[in-house]
Amino acid sequence: MGNVVALCETNGATLRSNALSVISLARKAAELHGGEVILLLVGKGVSAAADDACRYAPKVVVVDNDGLENYLAETYAPILAKVAQDQGASIVCATATAIGKDVMPRTAALLDSGMASDIADIETADTFKRATLAGNAFSRVKISSDIICVTVRQSEFSPADALDSVGTKSDAEAGELNSYGAEFVKLEGGGGGDRPDLNDASIVIAGGRGMGNGDNFAILEKLADTMGAALGASRAATDAGYVPADWQIGQTGKIVAPDLYFAVAISGAIQHLAGMKNSKTIVAINKDNEAPIFQIADYGLVAKWEDTIEPLTAEIAKLKASQV
Amino acid sequence: MKILVPIKRVPDPELKAKLKDGKLDLGGAQWVVNTFDEYAVEAALRLVENADSGDRDGEVIVVTIGPDDAGVQLRSCLAMGADRAIHVQGDDVELDSLMVAKTLKAVYDAEKPDLILMGKQAVDGDANQCGQMLAGIAELPQATFAATIEVVDEGKALVVGREVDAGVEYKKLPLPALVTVDLRIVSPKSVVNHVTPDDHEYSDGPRYASLKGIMKAKKKPMDQKTMGDLGVTATAVVTELEVTLPEARAAGQIVESVEELVKKLHEDAKVL
Ligand SMILES: Cc1cc2nc3c(=O)[nH]c(=O)nc-3n(C[C@H](O)[C@H](O)[C@H](O)COP(=O)(O)OP(=O)(O)OC[C@H]3O[C@@H](n4cnc5c(N)ncnc54)[C@H](O)[C@@H]3O)c2cc1C
Ligand SMILES: Nc1ncnc2c1ncn2[C@@H]1O[C@H](COP(=O)(O)O)[C@@H](O)[C@H]1O
Repeated sequence: MGNVVALCETNGATLRSNALSVISLARKAAELHGGEVILLLVGKGVSAAADDACRYAPKVVVVDNDGLENYLAETYAPILAKVAQDQGASIVCATATAIGKDVMPRTAALLDSGMASDIADIETADTFKRATLAGNAFSRVKISSDIICVTVRQSEFSPADALDSVGTKSDAEAGELNSYGAEFVKLEGGGGGDRPDLNDASIVIAGGRGMGNGDNFAILEKLADTMGAALGASRAATDAGYVPADWQIGQTGKIVAPDLYFAVAISGAIQHLAGMKNSKTIVAINKDNEAPIFQIADYGLVAKWEDTIEPLTAEIAKLKASQV
Repeated sequence: MKILVPIKRVPDPELKAKLKDGKLDLGGAQWVVNTFDEYAVEAALRLVENADSGDRDGEVIVVTIGPDDAGVQLRSCLAMGADRAIHVQGDDVELDSLMVAKTLKAVYDAEKPDLILMGKQAVDGDANQCGQMLAGIAELPQATFAATIEVVDEGKALVVGREVDAGVEYKKLPLPALVTVDLRIVSPKSVVNHVTPDDHEYSDGPRYASLKGIMKAKKKPMDQKTMGDLGVTATAVVTELEVTLPEARAAGQIVESVEELVKKLHEDAKVL
């Protein structure tokens, strides 16, 4: 039984919102393991976020090094593994973001540890619940290695609140950095604009192949702006190039669970449902009354988007206006 | 380029999951090649071939760890065009990711390929781990979630376009390296080897096995190995205790108009 080391992603002087989910898991795990929560910040300039991190845990370890300017699994994984060992961790965790999913299994290999990815819950110290088969089943797994590695599904762990007391920060060495020749070249951003991040939004509006083309998504953007919603899409819509790939929701895209989800011109394939069926309220707008999406929707409107989205936007704007 | 493609058989993802004694009932399962692994085979073939002349410069080796029956999935990859197969006997239901990675490491050591190309995740367990673990154990640079691969530096390195949360990240890896593929790796122009003309457009998706391919596959070599032969002694540290099915969502309702929808979202669901 030991401590819990949680890798937290940062953005300038603050933790990223996704970090608050792994902190929630870390607190629960620390109770079950009888240890302490230790937040780990890794990267060039991450010291700037240490004060913010100290609001959430008794201990924050910072590995701030110029050689860590760009995230690379090759250089990050050994740091995670070393900090885990030095801090007496029995659990190492991260949120299942693109970084968490990339680095944690590599870390597990370096520690010769078992791993559970994208978990929905920790049940006992060594037993975890996670979705499998595109969300069509849940699996309970038990891990017997000395150190256990996990990534957590952001939508399953509500963001942690700050603590009353402020934790202490310590620095740790990065050690020798070996990227095995790998180099970061560039990042080509997707296109969410100023809208809320898909993973954090309380309302998500997703469009599918039935939108016909990318220009038609402008009508969904207006609806999204009326409600402060994030925009998403089905794989068919991203593959067709209507919208950027990072809008994709589903088994192999982002997993979201907002309060309100609109599926517009999306048929409801299992792989899409895997990414949104835990949303609290689901609305489906589809012209085909037999579309499978209606089987999981709380409210279904059998209609073409061309006839419904503008009136819907107007109706919601009217409601909002009456609420202020 | 010599490419090793680990593949896993999975129960047909289109069929509904059934349970028996708190575990998945795989008695009547229809097994198929994991979708992402099929994509990896396609990408590997695109990397080694001249799509115009059909000539090959390199070799594609598929490997699986699985029971006797898993030979069928290896054959179907050979029929797509892979050159040879390695079948490591193992109970795929009892394996954990670390054991798979350790076994694949032993195969990597024996074969010394320039590239390990594999699916980013198996669509049954949805673990998304084996590739990264293998890269860690084999001390290889890794690029996960590849949507594009371009061969650069006269075949000594790759530039991989990775699908990350904020867009596409390009990462350069010297060979040998490990790459895991995402869905869009089978788009028409996602793989560029500079042997096939750069503007060549493949048809979308993995190629089908031709009748000729299926006939040829029967004669292609398939090595049989055990984990013991490979010197792998690891046992599973991750065990599945139980499988449950999620509760079905309560049936919803069809609304007749936009006004009714907004009213219900406001008054009943209280989300507006
Ligand atoms: C391994 C694997 C992983 C996958 N991962 C994902 C994933 O992560 N996310 C994902 O979304 N998919 C994923 N898919 C793809 C998935 O199987 C479906 O193909 C995809 O979700 C279909 O997208 P769609 O609903 O937009 O398109 P379609 O199935 O073509 O549906 C379009 C819908 O639009 C409706 N429509 C058409 N015109 C109008 C109109 N004018 N007004 C209203 N409605 C209209 C139609 O009735 C239809 O229901 C994956 C597939 C595989 C094999
Ligand atoms: N039993 C196996 N035999 C060969 N390759 C496997 C096996 N299990 C997993 N893999 C490979 O590892 C990848 C990731 O699987 P996973 O980490 O289980 O989601 C798959 O796409 C396969 O390429």
